[in-house]
Amino acid sequence: MSSQKRKQVILGAYLGGVNHHTAWWDPQAGSQIEFDSFEHTARTAERGKFDFFFLAEGLALRERAGQIFDQDIIGRPDTFTVLASLAAVTEHLGLAGTINATFNEPYELARQFATLDQLSGGRAAWNVVTSFDAFTGQNFRRGGYLDRAQRYERAEETVALVRQLWDSWRNDDIVADKASGRFLARPDAGEFAFHGSHFDVNGRFTVPRSPQGRPVILQAGVSPQGRDFAAGNADAIFSPYGQLPEAADFYRDIKARAVAAGRDPGDIKILPSASFVLGTSEADAIEKYREIRDQQVTGQTALVLLEQIWNLDLSKYDPEGPLPDIAPDPEAPPIIQGRAFIHQDRFATVAKLRAVAESKKLNLREVVIDQFERGPIVGTPQQVAEKIDSFVSNDGSDGFILGSHLVPTGLDEFVDDVVPLLQDRGVLRSDYEGTTLRDNLGLPIPVQREHVTAR
Amino acid sequence: MTSTPSSHLAPLHLAVALDGAGWHPAAWREPHSRPSELFSASYWTDVVTTAERGLLDFVTIEDSLSVPANPLEPVDDAVDRVRARLDAHLVAARLAPITSNIGLIPTITTIHTEPFHVSKAVATLDYTSRGRAGWQVKVSASESEAAQFGRRDIPALTDADRQSIVSGILPDFVRALFDEAAEAADVVRRLWDSWEDDAEIRDVEQRRFIDRDKLHYIDFEGKYLSVRGPSVTPRPPQGHPVVTALAHQRVAYELAARTADLVFVTPFDDEQVTAILGEVRAAEEHVQRTGEPLRVFTDIVVFFDAPEETGKERLARLDAQAGAEYRSDALTFTGTAAELADLLLRWQQLGIDGFRLRPGVVVDDLDAIAGELVPELQRRNVFRTEYPQTNLRGLLGLPIDVPNRYAAGTPAA
Repeated sequence: MSSQKRKQVILGAYLGGVNHHTAWWDPQAGSQIEFDSFEHTARTAERGKFDFFFLAEGLALRERAGQIFDQDIIGRPDTFTVLASLAAVTEHLGLAGTINATFNEPYELARQFATLDQLSGGRAAWNVVTSFDAFTGQNFRRGGYLDRAQRYERAEETVALVRQLWDSWRNDDIVADKASGRFLARPDAGEFAFHGSHFDVNGRFTVPRSPQGRPVILQAGVSPQGRDFAAGNADAIFSPYGQLPEAADFYRDIKARAVAAGRDPGDIKILPSASFVLGTSEADAIEKYREIRDQQVTGQTALVLLEQIWNLDLSKYDPEGPLPDIAPDPEAPPIIQGRAFIHQDRFATVAKLRAVAESKKLNLREVVIDQFERGPIVGTPQQVAEKIDSFVSNDGSDGFILGSHLVPTGLDEFVDDVVPLLQDRGVLRSDYEGTTLRDNLGLPIPVQREHVTAR
Repeated sequence: MTSTPSSHLAPLHLAVALDGAGWHPAAWREPHSRPSELFSASYWTDVVTTAERGLLDFVTIEDSLSVPANPLEPVDDAVDRVRARLDAHLVAARLAPITSNIGLIPTITTIHTEPFHVSKAVATLDYTSRGRAGWQVKVSASESEAAQFGRRDIPALTDADRQSIVSGILPDFVRALFDEAAEAADVVRRLWDSWEDDAEIRDVEQRRFIDRDKLHYIDFEGKYLSVRGPSVTPRPPQGHPVVTALAHQRVAYELAARTADLVFVTPFDDEQVTAILGEVRAAEEHVQRTGEPLRVFTDIVVFFDAPEETGKERLARLDAQAGAEYRSDALTFTGTAAELADLLLRWQQLGIDGFRLRPGVVVDDLDAIAGELVPELQRRNVFRTEYPQTNLRGLLGLPIDVPNRYAAGTPAA
């Protein structure tokens, strides 16, 4: 091994959930709700010296054609509560959660993350997502709908305000000197005022400054607007690209945007999510993956995935036959509700699918697998370790957010069989060096901004 | 009121209310207090461990969306008080895995929070604590809390408002906030029922994860809130976690009677115990409460005698440090554990179901509760000597089978 330190692989662990990938039909599958499942996965990730555990969020149950979707997992626990409970059973693992910036108020979510950060000794991370669908809004006071431009504006203001709240206490504001009777260094600790177009607020924040300066901010962003927002604001970005060379293009692009925003490119980490399938030989691993995939993408699942594009009821079509011969209907009321929807030109997507079906001679279900299933990392432990290391060292990313199709024990074999190989390669720590999530990720403690209060 | 001969055999319920270093503003300065740890897990872990060692029914954790201050006094710029606090619900969640029997009841405010979030948060605490979650409903009525959200205006309390609140009459806008809180709590409970207990079927052959007929839109349209549901979180292990509220006068008794399983009240003497119990029962009647009667717990601030110093002397010394006499909405008790036991048993005879003690100084007075008061009550055969195998509802003697209002065959609530 060379004496020069190799580029380290950042590892996050997610718990599979609300999608067709999570193999609830497997006899070994455990609960999606009971704390045991989360505890097992988090402890396993910490045993594997992962950087963080990640929990996604959803605020309305998925519906298809006006009925609650029943083919795959629905239902999940509350993100904050699970993460705070996990803080009790882990010591070093970062605790990252998605919290929607539209259906949570900045003051409250800043306070919840700041509390999680205190109770975990500086291990909290917020994955910022925005939502604009009136469907989810029906569960909340705010209700309504934000158009796309407003949605980013509100998200930007939310992040700016949340940061201001996290910066409202200085490191030395709590004196707590029993002899003199002085608890606070200054009477206005935590005071803030923010005047934006979405928020006009002022008051005092109740939670002292974080042990890691500020909680870590994660984001996803694919559109140019989203990329700029993320490059300017985030400590880490979820990359949608799991294959070189487009992953490396994205990597370079984000780092360049971060530099343009005046940041050190090393201070923003780029992380695609991936699953994995391990085998005793390459052929064994591929065979296992095929079996899993056939259960994940049944004919019925393939039709539902296509319905999201066609926006029509396709249940009468034969999954083993050709693609539907009708045009998509962007104007109809959405057939699938409560799923993240990426803006796209439905006609162009359909044309592309038809071209793929034609050239590769694929039936409907095969097209879906070919086009929608981002392949997991498949191979022997050696091969998987090699693929991860090589992808990261070639700047496809700074690491991976890994999860298994099997909840909650799927991560075990990765930690048992792949992690030691990554450690042997010198790309994964053999023990934690610091105490906070920023320490794990190699991120600096952010400089505290002074805010002029308006009162 | 007369007591029935058998009533002294009813089990006594005992809880503590945790708030920072203690309920006295100078508590943090006591020798055993750990003021610089008040915002870290280590402090809360030790405190709840002591409470569980004392076999207490539950701890409540105070909260508000503004820096701690006496709500009846205008916010000041004091630097000699603990002017910070963590989100109580997340403190409870942090404590859930390291405890196994004691109930965890955080305060979560209404008005600025989302009932949809509150419902799944408390349900999830019930999962991570394996059936020990509760919720203390609290109304955010201050102008300062509203200004931190910027979503609505709430007028500042005038001196006249404060006077009138002290004498038990709420300004109209505050009454409306209580009404809204009751609506929010109703939504939270409906969302708990929006999944039937056996909705998850995992039918592999049919590829059906859930039986969608066992999930229910709540379609709530109230005066203040409209929420569609169902919740994203399945029905919690207890069915309904324990809902509680602190109440001092009629509007709040009615809120409790509409929404809670358990109400905390603040009598100062025997006569008030009887009078308040009468008011609580009248409130139940007025709101036409059905099912289980409200369990009534009395709040008492406690300063126990210590080896070197009586409780009274401790309180006087703390008052001198704070520069003001301690005032509370609840009775302040000073004395020995045996004296407090006498009081508790007397009030129990008058019809009180349990007691929530507010330690003047958490580290000292909670130690005394676990180490002196509980053994004293055990000697008198009125307190458990081990935890029974049950959930929080069972511990409190509430029915553990909570009918689901949306389940087929359940009469509409």
